[in-house]
Amino acid sequence: MSGIALAAAGAAGAVLLAAGVVLGRLTARRDGGSAGLDLGTPVERATFHTLHTASLAAPPLRAGLAGETAGRAVGPLRSLLGTESLCLTDGSAVLAWDGPGEGHHHEEAAGLAAATLETGRSRSAPTGCADPGCALRWAVTAPLTGEEGVLGALVAYGPRESAVLVRAATEVARWVSVQLELSELDRSRTRMAEAEIRALRAQISPHFIFNSLAAIASFVRTDPERARDLLLEFADFTRYSFRRHGEFAQLADELRAIEQYVALTGARFGDRLKVTLRVAPEVLPVALPFLCLQPLVENAVKHGLTDRERGCRVVIAARDAGAEAVVTVEDDGAGMDPERLRAVLRGEHPGGSGIGLSNVDERLRQVYGAEHGLVIETGVGAGMKVTVRIPKYRPGVHPSAP
Amino acid sequence: MNQTYAVTAVTAVVLATVLIGALGLRVSRTTSDFYVASRTAGPRLNAAAISGEYLSAASFLGIAGLVLVQGPAMLWYPVGYTAGYLVLLVLVAAPLRRSGAYTLSDFAEARLESPQVRRLASLFVVGIGWLYLLPQLQGAGLTLEILTGAPDWVGGLLVAVVVTGTVAAGGMRSITFVQAFQYWLKLTALLVPALLLAAAWYGDGAPRARFDAPAVLREHTVVRVADTVRVGLDAPLRVAVTGTVDGVRYEDRTVTLDAGTHRVGAGTVLALPAGSAVPERAGTGSDDPLGWSQPLAGGRDGHQLYATYGLILATFLGTMGLPHVAVRFYTSPHGRAARRTTLVVLGLIGAFYLLPPVYGFLGRVYAPELALTGSADAAVLVLPERMVGGVLGEVLGAVLAGGAFAAFLSTASGLTMSVAGVLAQDVLPSRAVRHFRLATLLATAVPLATGAVATKVPVADAVGLAFAVSASSFCPLLVLGIWWRRLTPPGAAAGLLLGGGSALAAVMATRAGLAPAGWPHTLMAWPAVWSVPLGFLTMVLVSLATPRSVPAGTPAILARLHLPEEFTAPVPAQEARR
Repeated sequence: MSGIALAAAGAAGAVLLAAGVVLGRLTARRDGGSAGLDLGTPVERATFHTLHTASLAAPPLRAGLAGETAGRAVGPLRSLLGTESLCLTDGSAVLAWDGPGEGHHHEEAAGLAAATLETGRSRSAPTGCADPGCALRWAVTAPLTGEEGVLGALVAYGPRESAVLVRAATEVARWVSVQLELSELDRSRTRMAEAEIRALRAQISPHFIFNSLAAIASFVRTDPERARDLLLEFADFTRYSFRRHGEFAQLADELRAIEQYVALTGARFGDRLKVTLRVAPEVLPVALPFLCLQPLVENAVKHGLTDRERGCRVVIAARDAGAEAVVTVEDDGAGMDPERLRAVLRGEHPGGSGIGLSNVDERLRQVYGAEHGLVIETGVGAGMKVTVRIPKYRPGVHPSAP
Repeated sequence: MNQTYAVTAVTAVVLATVLIGALGLRVSRTTSDFYVASRTAGPRLNAAAISGEYLSAASFLGIAGLVLVQGPAMLWYPVGYTAGYLVLLVLVAAPLRRSGAYTLSDFAEARLESPQVRRLASLFVVGIGWLYLLPQLQGAGLTLEILTGAPDWVGGLLVAVVVTGTVAAGGMRSITFVQAFQYWLKLTALLVPALLLAAAWYGDGAPRARFDAPAVLREHTVVRVADTVRVGLDAPLRVAVTGTVDGVRYEDRTVTLDAGTHRVGAGTVLALPAGSAVPERAGTGSDDPLGWSQPLAGGRDGHQLYATYGLILATFLGTMGLPHVAVRFYTSPHGRAARRTTLVVLGLIGAFYLLPPVYGFLGRVYAPELALTGSADAAVLVLPERMVGGVLGEVLGAVLAGGAFAAFLSTASGLTMSVAGVLAQDVLPSRAVRHFRLATLLATAVPLATGAVATKVPVADAVGLAFAVSASSFCPLLVLGIWWRRLTPPGAAAGLLLGGGSALAAVMATRAGLAPAGWPHTLMAWPAVWSVPLGFLTMVLVSLATPRSVPAGTPAILARLHLPEEFTAPVPAQEARR
């Protein structure tokens, strides 16, 4: 019996010894490693640590000052400041709180923030907390500013009055403000893209409406039936183009709009414009960004008819390619200098031309990623062929009815 | 068999497929008479396309062969192949279309918002596609072997090359038209000879086949046994033998075999006198390379009831998860059209499946020795020559051969397209045209190579295996995804892995010949009975255990799946003129 106990004790000892040796090795190696790698002086390391913490708080803040994002940012911010508690507010309410004391300091924080919102200045004040066990004795409030003035406030709580805390809180608040300004920049960029789309839609109208109406007018006496048909096409087309809802449409609807566009343009140019559509029925239900093909056709017609004498042939084809639909718009017109085209796609518009092309390119890239931008084959005098590859399925892309 | 007609027919079908695939039906019109609306594929066209793609070698050749060997119990196959669309119609068709998904992987991502589940689903799409391609290529090999005597890998290679070529060269253009045409081609190719053969049978005095007794040969027949088999005799049989029987070598000697079991060596030629009963293949001996297929088909093992339920579950629930069927629903303009399409598919496929049993029955009367040679799948092809003979018989045989090749080509190209699409999108690293070609090559090369090493299985059985995997993986995913709001990504992944994975493993083991004989073998060859409930149960339990992972967008997605498009999107305004 005692022999067994002895053996067990021996085994346990051996295990402990082995564990100790391994542990020792590991820690030793870690120390040795850090010495060998030279991770910098303590000051430098503290800087790195601070930068890392700040980088953790940055992404949520880039989405703007709102409940959820503030909640994710407030943790890293508190460890950046090293205070007991930290809270972020917007203009009216506390958005997020990290650390103890939220229960009985909530009201007070909202009040402090309101005061700062009015003055726009940092402030340091005692909390006068009734609870003797509470460590939140002193509060520093700093404003968070955006482009349109003060957006909210940062309230940092400490155990005593401290100039360091005031300074730190002010600096952090300034850093947060910069992030918020960047987020506003992001949003305004998106708004601009939307406005551009809207502008593009509006851009269809003046020229096209004038020309179409003039063409229709020319038929009113000679061929009233045709004039009526054209007017209905015109009505359909404008209703579709000016619809306000939905970012995506079915390819079938887009093609129908193009068909109306072609009918109206054809009325103006007569036999000089020949348009062929070759469409595989499989791809008609594909969803794609609203009005992203019509500018391509418009462009093809414009290029094709540059030469007044010769006619122009435009071929619009949509074919099935497995998980993608491939749409091509081809004309046999004047073509374009590839260098100039490159400039247009970069967003430079010499003479204001090609806004349609670059806009479509931009939107396709935005929705489907960089590999789905326009592919354009052209040369001076060689016509132009624009190819769009549209995935049949992409999360979040759902057509809305016309 | 005279090769000229058959080779001509096969060549014509192959050429037509290549040409249509390469050039497309260039239906182009100028604007004057062009309306996009009139070009959407209507339910009837789309349904014919789905049927054309769906009716594979298993339907065209396999069912007749199985009926010939094992009798009317095998009619569960056509019933199951058809009834799968009923389940699809009731539970899946419209919501699947409304989800906007093109492939099944897309559906997984759309419903569960999880790229991981998407990737997992893609692996299953590829696996099922390969399992389904395998018998298509094997069937092509068999057909060409019978028609021309070419080695059995030639046909598979031919189909693989044609399909890879057309798909890689830019996909099948106007694939809906091609596939719809293929349906009518297959139906005609099976219907016209069936009518003439039935007339010949009637003119012959309408002899009956009996399925409860050994088939009787009507005339002196010479049978070449391709693989070693064990045959059971109920009564002594006089037979002229060239080859090995029971380990003894004979050179054109007439011997009398006693009642009991005999082992006939590969390559042996037996000449059986008219009026003698066809020896039946005996049960599973481990030395018998084909024996394992017997319990599968509900033969001698005594597990017929289990196998039948396995078949029913697999085919009823497996159709919805076939990759090449799911993608066809995308062509429907909206959910209601998808449902209507499925209804028409039910009619078209139901009509088609009336025909293979006719061939099976006639085969039992006129070519019963096929059951012995192990190439019962050939019954459809040899019947015209046997029954009608002459030029007419050869022409009919050629028509059937052409139809069979249409079946291989259409199903194989649809499958290759789906598998290659998923491979290029989710499995291979980057996406480019070149990668799609590489993916196409991979999609056909793997089953072609596997076919060379895998155990031979009757074509219809092999297709059944693909159905079993599909029923255990995608059926739970689709049904629960559409009808249950608490499905979570971890639940779906676990269900796919456990249900589909175990079915896949069982099926692979069976195909590799690893399954031990007896019950384990039966369980592994017909996994659907246990793997489908396993898949459902795992999905439900794991989902319930992870309620916090329910995707945030679930209510919105379910609303889109179930509400008609008019409600989820604003009502389309009626056009003033049309």
